[in-house]
Amino acid sequence: MHQLTLADISKALASKQFSARELTTHLLARIEQLDPQLNSFITVSKESALQQADAADEQRSSGINTPLLGLPIAHKDLFCTEGVRTSCASKTLDNFIAPYSATVVDKLSKAGCISLGKLNMDEFAMGSSGETSFYGASKNPWDTQRIPGGSSSGSAVAVAARLVPASTGSDSGGSIRQPAAFTGLTGIKPTYGRISRWGMTAYASSFDQAGFLAHNAEDCALLLQATAGFDERDSTSAQQPVDDYSAALSLPLQGLRIGLPKEYFSSDLDSRIGDVVSQSIEQLKQLGASFVDISLPSLPHAVPAYYVIASAEASTNLARFDGVRFGHRCENPQSLEDLYLRSRDEAFGKEVKRRIMIGTYALSTGYYDAYYLKAQKIRRLIKNDFVSAFKDVDLILGPTTPNLPWLIGSKIDDPVAAYLEDIYTVPANLAGIPGLSMPAGMIDGLPVGVQLLAPYFQEARLLQVAHQFQQHTDWHARTPAGF
Amino acid sequence: MQWETVIGLEIHAQLATNTKIFSGSATAFGAEPNTQASLIDLAMPGTLPVLNAEAVRMACMFGLAVDAHIAEHNIFARKNYFYPDLPKGYQTSQMDDPIVGLGHLDIALEDGSIKRVGITRAHLEEDAGKSLHEDFSGMTGIDLNRAGTPLLEIVSEPELSNAKEAVAYAKAIHTLVRYLNICDGNMAEGSFRCDCNVSVRPKGQSELGTRTEIKNVNSFRFIERAINHEIQRQIELIEDGGKVIQETRLYDPNKDETRSMRSKEEANDYRYFPCPDLLPVHIPKEMLAQLRTELPELPTQKRERFEKDFGLSTYDASVLSASREMADYFEAVEKICQDAKLATNWVMGELSSLLNKENLDITQSPVSAQQLGGMLMRIKDNTISGKIAKMVFEAMAAGEGDADQIIEQRGLKQVTDSGAIEAMLDEVLAANAEQVEQYRASDENKRGKMFGFFVGQAMRASKGKANPQQVNELLKQKLDQ
Amino acid sequence: MALERCDVEKLAHLARLGLDDAQIDSSTTSLNAAINMINAMQAVNTDGIAPLANPLEANQRLRPDTVTESNHRDDYQALAPAVENGLYLVPKVID
Ligand SMILES: [Mg+2]
Ligand SMILES: [Zn+2]
Repeated sequence: MHQLTLADISKALASKQFSARELTTHLLARIEQLDPQLNSFITVSKESALQQADAADEQRSSGINTPLLGLPIAHKDLFCTEGVRTSCASKTLDNFIAPYSATVVDKLSKAGCISLGKLNMDEFAMGSSGETSFYGASKNPWDTQRIPGGSSSGSAVAVAARLVPASTGSDSGGSIRQPAAFTGLTGIKPTYGRISRWGMTAYASSFDQAGFLAHNAEDCALLLQATAGFDERDSTSAQQPVDDYSAALSLPLQGLRIGLPKEYFSSDLDSRIGDVVSQSIEQLKQLGASFVDISLPSLPHAVPAYYVIASAEASTNLARFDGVRFGHRCENPQSLEDLYLRSRDEAFGKEVKRRIMIGTYALSTGYYDAYYLKAQKIRRLIKNDFVSAFKDVDLILGPTTPNLPWLIGSKIDDPVAAYLEDIYTVPANLAGIPGLSMPAGMIDGLPVGVQLLAPYFQEARLLQVAHQFQQHTDWHARTPAGF
Repeated sequence: MQWETVIGLEIHAQLATNTKIFSGSATAFGAEPNTQASLIDLAMPGTLPVLNAEAVRMACMFGLAVDAHIAEHNIFARKNYFYPDLPKGYQTSQMDDPIVGLGHLDIALEDGSIKRVGITRAHLEEDAGKSLHEDFSGMTGIDLNRAGTPLLEIVSEPELSNAKEAVAYAKAIHTLVRYLNICDGNMAEGSFRCDCNVSVRPKGQSELGTRTEIKNVNSFRFIERAINHEIQRQIELIEDGGKVIQETRLYDPNKDETRSMRSKEEANDYRYFPCPDLLPVHIPKEMLAQLRTELPELPTQKRERFEKDFGLSTYDASVLSASREMADYFEAVEKICQDAKLATNWVMGELSSLLNKENLDITQSPVSAQQLGGMLMRIKDNTISGKIAKMVFEAMAAGEGDADQIIEQRGLKQVTDSGAIEAMLDEVLAANAEQVEQYRASDENKRGKMFGFFVGQAMRASKGKANPQQVNELLKQKLDQ
Repeated sequence: MALERCDVEKLAHLARLGLDDAQIDSSTTSLNAAINMINAMQAVNTDGIAPLANPLEANQRLRPDTVTESNHRDDYQALAPAVENGLYLVPKVID
């Protein structure tokens, strides 16, 4: 049962091969048995999951057959879930029971999805390894010595290890695509504003975008269909019609022009990953796509620009964690000053403090123009690069990451080295365009991801190409040994 | 040394919206603590702001009323600082691109002259909550009901040259926002608050002196006193060889002094940057054109019309146009009695002192405009004298009915029958024969005062009802016989 | 443009992070490393380029001025570390 995709489960539930309760019970048992070695869940919602499963089964038996009814998922722990702890993997919110639910959570729950619980992540989504969590690092099921990527680390691990068939994640600089690549999953980051940010704890507001990690494009399409769309509670939510994603999957690739930016194939790239990308290009050519070389000249500046803007936004987004209305408060504060200083020092981890400091610096008097404003101008250059590239091509393809997942602990003392690992993912967030990572090969027993980028709101095109690719390859169906 | 003062005001006007600027919470005053603090107002993780259309409309109305440039695109920024009444750790405000740009307002000064004061800008922002310092087991209590209430911060150019001008300007803004119905102007409830920037320089010097900012002065009287104290303090400081430091000060009305707010004095770096949760606010030209048609007659226009159409002095016209309600009242009275001078005298005289004494607003006046206008008609047609009118007015204020009823019931109708008046005068003169003798024996320059005595006796005898003009004429005839 | 220890102390205070001496030391090192990486962008020519704050470059949507929120004080204050009489409590604020 745990090997099934969402689409498989949907069919199985409809044809009564098993009930939602049976499936949920099975998955909860797997979580209990296997997660201690993986650390992908922060909170397992056993009771409420079973209740939701029963409710779904009841609806089924009363003749309701909506596609998501009874499908188990789990949420990254930065999505607010009413009545359930929402910690953002931070000591700050270790005791925070969310008083409301995020739009994404709400929509999926209304569509009939069962939430098995809340998934581990880098603290406040700051990190690309899963190691910055207050609850400890999640382990990559392909090699538990290695990181699964981040910040949606638990979201990737739980799905890769077949503890849950799909999960929500968020991607501000690659936080869905990179862990998807490192764990052999399909991960989609929609266009900025495609899915409401209401209820998703902010890290970097102008980058944050909710998305999904699943086994294939078909499942991503199901989840995106249920969650995309305008939300009046989010000013940055897009008022753009939602495409029929599932219908787009079966369209042929004939005539599709895909751009290969030379900046994605520089010397930074592990040549073995380059080979995997080349093989996937060959595969897509056979399916009718054509490829052209393009250039995105401002791309090399994406990482610094991203870290400046994201840290600036984060530094003020996290000012609300002051120990007054919710969250961690230090013992016996002696003064207001003491309350702030100690509560925040005690509650935030190293990486969060580091980015708050960088962001505070970038916005401070005398440095604003040289850092924040400069970065915003580079952001424009990067957007312009994509906009003009998409005048010639329908999609862009490249590697998702320059390297394979590294050993846990190996980069913890060199944050800058870890930042630079995001070079291929942050440009999409700077421009706000949608991106997807799909499994396209294996190196030394570790999965490798290929990334697709599309023009604004062309998620359907990403899903179509990934789906067609997955009809002719089986990388997405591979399971790590022992799971 | 001769000193010159430069003052600029920053006024925070709470906009009279139903809901907060970024959330659907009510803004009603006086609710139980934290019952009007929603998820958004509490800055719960994951919450986001959406801008209130009404706040934008109100800011535009103000901008149009002060002839300002209204930015086609204006931007919200975050002003970052930690304070317990500021839940997000930043105030969402406007910095580089405010909604209302450069404008101006003409104000009437006490000497009757008009001064044009520049308005640098006006921007939208959210209010903070309130800290309650009563003792809660040695702690401060925080009420966030007010957090997120929309404010329009109106910044003047440093063009005011003394405390009286500053007050006149503040009053003119107060009048304007109430005319526009965008702020209730209630200073006691904090709906209209004033920060005063004050500096002094030797007369003739062109560059400005170092300024201090007196925060949150909440009455016109305090504005005047706080500024005057601050001017005095700065001059004395400089004359004693000291230096004014740029700082925020607080006016203490109990001690009647300003003092430094040292706790807020630490080097603040607000790290303004565009709020990534909000997009640029677009004000379409068509919207402004539409709003322009909805502008009411403004205080300045009204004052000018009163001067021109009714021949009022600038001072009288500006008092009568100080609020829409006052002006409406005055115009209603004038319309009935068709005598602007008489209406002005009564509205600014008896009526104002009655309202003052009873501490009432014009809208709560116990004498309606119809009643007052009706009474003035009776003065004009000689039914009653001005003196009797005061009695009638008091009776109307006491709720005894309209002027005609009171005149009728109390028999206050003026006597104009000259036969009756003559008979009454004869009696008065007969009863005061001795004084009549003395009068007739006196020379012209002493007679004036004595004549007054006879008038007084005559009016008393008629219980004030005899037409005073007739009494005068007939009495003169009789005494000069 | 390397940061000195005292600069880092100032930043930590602006951000209300009560870092101890060891944290200030390690932050100074790691912040300088990050700034060093970030400084690469100074070489980019951005003359005449307008900053981009939001990728979609849309306009702000306006909300009708109707009350949509009701009182949930007790639920919300259940999350607070210290409350009394409906007020959030903090150590005495001195103006
Ligand atoms: Mg100000
Ligand atoms: Zn202000």
